[in-house]
Amino acid sequence: MSKKSYRQAINEALRQEMERDERVIIMGEDISGGTGAAGDQDAWGGPLGVTKGLRPQFGPDRVLDTHLAEISFVGAAAGAALTGLRPVVELMFVDFMGVCFDQILNQTAKFRYMFGGKAVTPLVIRTMYGAGFRAASQHSQCLYPVFTHIPGLKVALPSNAYEAKGLLIQAIRDDDPVIFFEHKAMYDDEMEVPDEPYSIPFGEANVTREGDDVTIVAFGRMVNLANQAADSLAKQGVSCTVVDPRTTSPLDTETILETVEETGRLVVVDEAHPRCGMASDIAGLVAENAFDALEAPIKLVTAPHVPVPFSPALEDIYIPSVAKIEAAVRAAMSHGSKVAAE
Amino acid sequence: MASGLQLSRDELVNAYRRMRTIREFEDAVHAEFAAGSIPGFVHLYAGEEASGVGVCMHLDQRDTIASTHRGHGHCIAKGVEVGPMMHEVFGRKEGLCGGKGGSMHIADLSKGMLGANGIVGAGAPLVCGAALTAKTLKTGGVAVCFYGDGASNQGAVLESYNLAKIWNLPVVFVAEDNGYAETTASSWSVGGSQVGRGEGFGIPSREVDGSDFFDVYEAAGEAIERARSGGGPSLLHVRLNRFYGHFEGDAGTYRLPEELEAARSRDPIMLFRQRVVEASLIPADELDAADREIVADIRRYLEAAKSAPMPTEADLMTDVYVAY
Repeated sequence: MSKKSYRQAINEALRQEMERDERVIIMGEDISGGTGAAGDQDAWGGPLGVTKGLRPQFGPDRVLDTHLAEISFVGAAAGAALTGLRPVVELMFVDFMGVCFDQILNQTAKFRYMFGGKAVTPLVIRTMYGAGFRAASQHSQCLYPVFTHIPGLKVALPSNAYEAKGLLIQAIRDDDPVIFFEHKAMYDDEMEVPDEPYSIPFGEANVTREGDDVTIVAFGRMVNLANQAADSLAKQGVSCTVVDPRTTSPLDTETILETVEETGRLVVVDEAHPRCGMASDIAGLVAENAFDALEAPIKLVTAPHVPVPFSPALEDIYIPSVAKIEAAVRAAMSHGSKVAAE
Repeated sequence: MASGLQLSRDELVNAYRRMRTIREFEDAVHAEFAAGSIPGFVHLYAGEEASGVGVCMHLDQRDTIASTHRGHGHCIAKGVEVGPMMHEVFGRKEGLCGGKGGSMHIADLSKGMLGANGIVGAGAPLVCGAALTAKTLKTGGVAVCFYGDGASNQGAVLESYNLAKIWNLPVVFVAEDNGYAETTASSWSVGGSQVGRGEGFGIPSREVDGSDFFDVYEAAGEAIERARSGGGPSLLHVRLNRFYGHFEGDAGTYRLPEELEAARSRDPIMLFRQRVVEASLIPADELDAADREIVADIRRYLEAAKSAPMPTEADLMTDVYVAY
């Protein structure tokens, strides 16, 4: 166990899996950096340094810089996965799915079903998402609901360094295609992470806070904001359960429903847009399956239905905040018997 | 160019049988579709047989191919079993893909057939990946991408030329130019030339007469040998003709009757037959016997498929994930 950043945890997961299984290769734009140039051949290790040091250790045949043309190299990763490798391809920013979506949507996700269960596609697509980096509309989106919508894909959203290492190792060992979402504003966040390899199963939510009054379901980086809100509310006498589903596909519906049955109130926190997002999805799930347990309307805290703005003044308003989560919890608490009892 | 005539007698018979099997399969599907017994979209390869077979005669179990929406011929050329293919076209439970893929998604990974594909041009990136696997695991395998003149304008294909070149992948791009992207003439829709495009990426490229099996065989042999020996990708621009419409049900009014007549007069199977019979390599009656056998086989597959059980509701939810 040692203190590691989200970035280091991901790097370590890649390194340990590449050491374990030589079929694991990584590829992407500048994941080493400097290929074909006269200088440093490990110049970047990805735009934010996540894959730094892997090229010197594993060489250019297993750490492949690609050209800057996503549909071909994401598709090549899919084709390699279909034929016996276990590629981890980096789609630098998830926003770039706009130029390679066919290979994910119509190829990778569909192989197994279309081919009558005979295809195995152990592909991991690592991609950066999320706002807070002043990266504006084309480099800040969440988009995981889009991938969650598609049968055949799995979607992982690690909320901290420990989760990132365990979920990435699981993703690489998994025989199904996984879209692995890394929040770009979390790479420097540090915590104690085991040095040895470990995996965290998909579809098993992590309950990060246990409380009686309100269930908060949050995704990715929002889990941390939900935890902060829960800690702050605890001091005000409101006790919250916080659920980190870890993966949106598969989704641990059981834990979500169980905790709502216990608390009777639900707040969902999602950095994605509100329409057809995870927040509305969870709200629908609970409304359909735990309606009788609800003592208050479900509250959703999401980004608004606008592109991500550039100006720091606007972006800071755009992103769900601890204050907004606390307000949503209080609004939920203002309904029903628990308030009356207090 | 005549080097294909140096094929062994068995190989020549094999090539003929594969082409004839494709033709009979497609003619049978054509008739059944017209009779209303086949669901969905069907695109037939009749007329293009020399391309798929001329290329795949060089391939073995190490090698992979990616196909198109017009994929039956590539399947048969690569050695996919014809009976289960017919079941699949009819959406039957015992189909090659359990009835979940259909004509446009027939695949047999055990034979290195990575799938027909409903998305035009999508096979090119996949083939780069299959070639990367072969290169990384040092299998000696080659990956072949069949795609049409329509697909040749897709960014996915052009990007794949570049990726195959810069990674020096064992890939052969086979642009099957039947003259039409659906209804749109390739003489109008393709800027520059296929060969010029390949050469622009530094890829050895050549034009091939797709009605001449021996021309395809020779050119493909050179390209596949280059790929296998580490020489990187090649491109073949195969000019050929489809005898039916873009899909079954296409009235084909964009094509003049005399065009189709000219195409049929260059029937690759007929030309092959003439060549080998005239050169006294195979007697005509042996080919006639093969024809009768293939016709009977296809009829048998057809009847079996038509009376085979459909998948049931229990099959709907399976095969999405390995584990979920």
